[in-house]
Amino acid sequence: MIEKTPFANIVTYAILFVALTLVLVPFWIVICASTQSVAQVNAVPFSFVPGGEMLKNYAAAWQRADLGLALFNSFVMAGLVTSGKIAVSALSAFAIVYFRSRWGMVFFWLVFMTLMLPLEVRVVPTYNIAADAFQPFRLLIQTLTGIEVGIDWNLLNTYSGLTLPLVATATGTFLFRQFFMTVPDELAEAARMDGSGPWRFFVDILLPLSRTNMLALATILFADTWNQYLWPRLMVTDPSYSTAMTALRALRPSENGLPDWNVTNAGALIIVLPPLIVVAVLQRWFVRGLIATEK
Amino acid sequence: MKRVVFKSRWVPAVAALPQLLLIFLFFYWPAVSVMNWAFTLEPAFGGAGERIFVGWENFTSVFADTQYWNSVRVSLIFACSSTFITLALALVLALAVDRQLKGSKFFRFFYIWPYALAGPAVGTAFLFILSPERGLMAIVNAAHPDFWNPAKYGSHAMILIITCFVWKWVGYCFIFLLAGLQSIPRSLTEAAAMDGSGPLRRAIDIQIPMLTPTLFLLLILIATESFVGKDTYGIVDRTTYGGPNNATNVMVFNIVAKAFEGLDYSGAAAQSLMVIAIIMVFTFVQFRFVERRVHYR
Repeated sequence: MIEKTPFANIVTYAILFVALTLVLVPFWIVICASTQSVAQVNAVPFSFVPGGEMLKNYAAAWQRADLGLALFNSFVMAGLVTSGKIAVSALSAFAIVYFRSRWGMVFFWLVFMTLMLPLEVRVVPTYNIAADAFQPFRLLIQTLTGIEVGIDWNLLNTYSGLTLPLVATATGTFLFRQFFMTVPDELAEAARMDGSGPWRFFVDILLPLSRTNMLALATILFADTWNQYLWPRLMVTDPSYSTAMTALRALRPSENGLPDWNVTNAGALIIVLPPLIVVAVLQRWFVRGLIATEK
Repeated sequence: MKRVVFKSRWVPAVAALPQLLLIFLFFYWPAVSVMNWAFTLEPAFGGAGERIFVGWENFTSVFADTQYWNSVRVSLIFACSSTFITLALALVLALAVDRQLKGSKFFRFFYIWPYALAGPAVGTAFLFILSPERGLMAIVNAAHPDFWNPAKYGSHAMILIITCFVWKWVGYCFIFLLAGLQSIPRSLTEAAAMDGSGPLRRAIDIQIPMLTPTLFLLLILIATESFVGKDTYGIVDRTTYGGPNNATNVMVFNIVAKAFEGLDYSGAAAQSLMVIAIIMVFTFVQFRFVERRVHYR
């Protein structure tokens, strides 16, 4: 700026510092608490210095919530949802942008409508369909042919049940649609003149061009899926499918004696680490993806 | 719209198929079942047989339920205050960082961090940090006994969940507002500065009016997010569990409790439809009345 505003600058710095403190102090408190002993973590006033029981607390948290398995499941779930959603939405955006038919518009609106209802409001019927995913097809076959089919397809306590309902939403489709619209028409024209069909164009030209967008979308999707709580909480009853987020429930401080918040905080820190690393290290991509998906 | 398109019938059909199948199974079919459940009841004594059509009966029993109206009120208080505080703080931060003083990149780097954490994790941390017996507030409570106790007082519990939500979402709004501010031409603010208007005057007369489209988008986003979003459920579930005495029993929490603990699918479905209706009214009112004052370039 071209002016000198010493007073306004001081006020600005004051605001920036207060906000930074408010952001970082909770992190610091949790870090300190996760390294203290049970007595220290319950002491009044709280001591803002790390204690010496770090390894012990982290080992206890790891064991209590079976974090090895939970983290593995979360990585599987986040990986499947991220790759699945990118693949599904790139394909459907391709169908919407590069072809003309009267079904194209219908399809576009069908996808668009799904943005209106977050999983939280339709979680009960979604649970119901996950328990018996073949139910609509069975009904269809029965009304069409009168044959009763005895096929069941239970998705509860499976990886497909954890991931498929999360892949179904439309945010990625819109990101890709927006991006494909900005790809110059001349590219498709040239590809067509050279005799390449739509698949060839999609795989050899469109996908390589979207690499940046895919990376941005992937960072968001990874963090977002990792942080899913309600869905895995409801649909997983078999502990061998529990995810890192739902492990938070197992980590609540024990009720007998002094509550061991040191172990809880240690576990919580391990659980939030992967998305935190994504945001801290890949921040440029993450921010770009955030802004692109909401426009 | 594209000038150049490919001509084929089956290629777009195949490309669209996975998404179609998924939204049919996990979106449209559930949406139809919500409708079905909301207007029917399970026959008494076990599930065999057709569901019985009961008209508006499920709705009337929901409306007669004081706990339902309580959850509506709680949700509105939570959503309105969270949205307002989040947007106000994010705006101040974005204006501060946009002044581009030395080191503002450093601050910007950390402000987005809380957004990486899930609602339930933030809830777990703040349940400890703001607990009445330990953490930060214990000192205040030692001096003034019973000054702060979210497990006992409904208003304190509400403050606790609002704090969690705001702490997480300010960074997200900040990113959008900063991007909006940076797209305002520098020449405009510089011209204003030459005419002698200070940073505050410029913020009120130039930057905030130019930001209204972004603010409007965020208003809808955060209002919906705080009303029905995943963090709202997660925060309540990990901190107050709807209590004390239903003071933080927000609508999503009430619905899930009704369906999965009370096993009342019809009541839960009727309530889900009400939430959907409220979201639509929200969106409509915002578009109708807020958009008039919005400046679009």
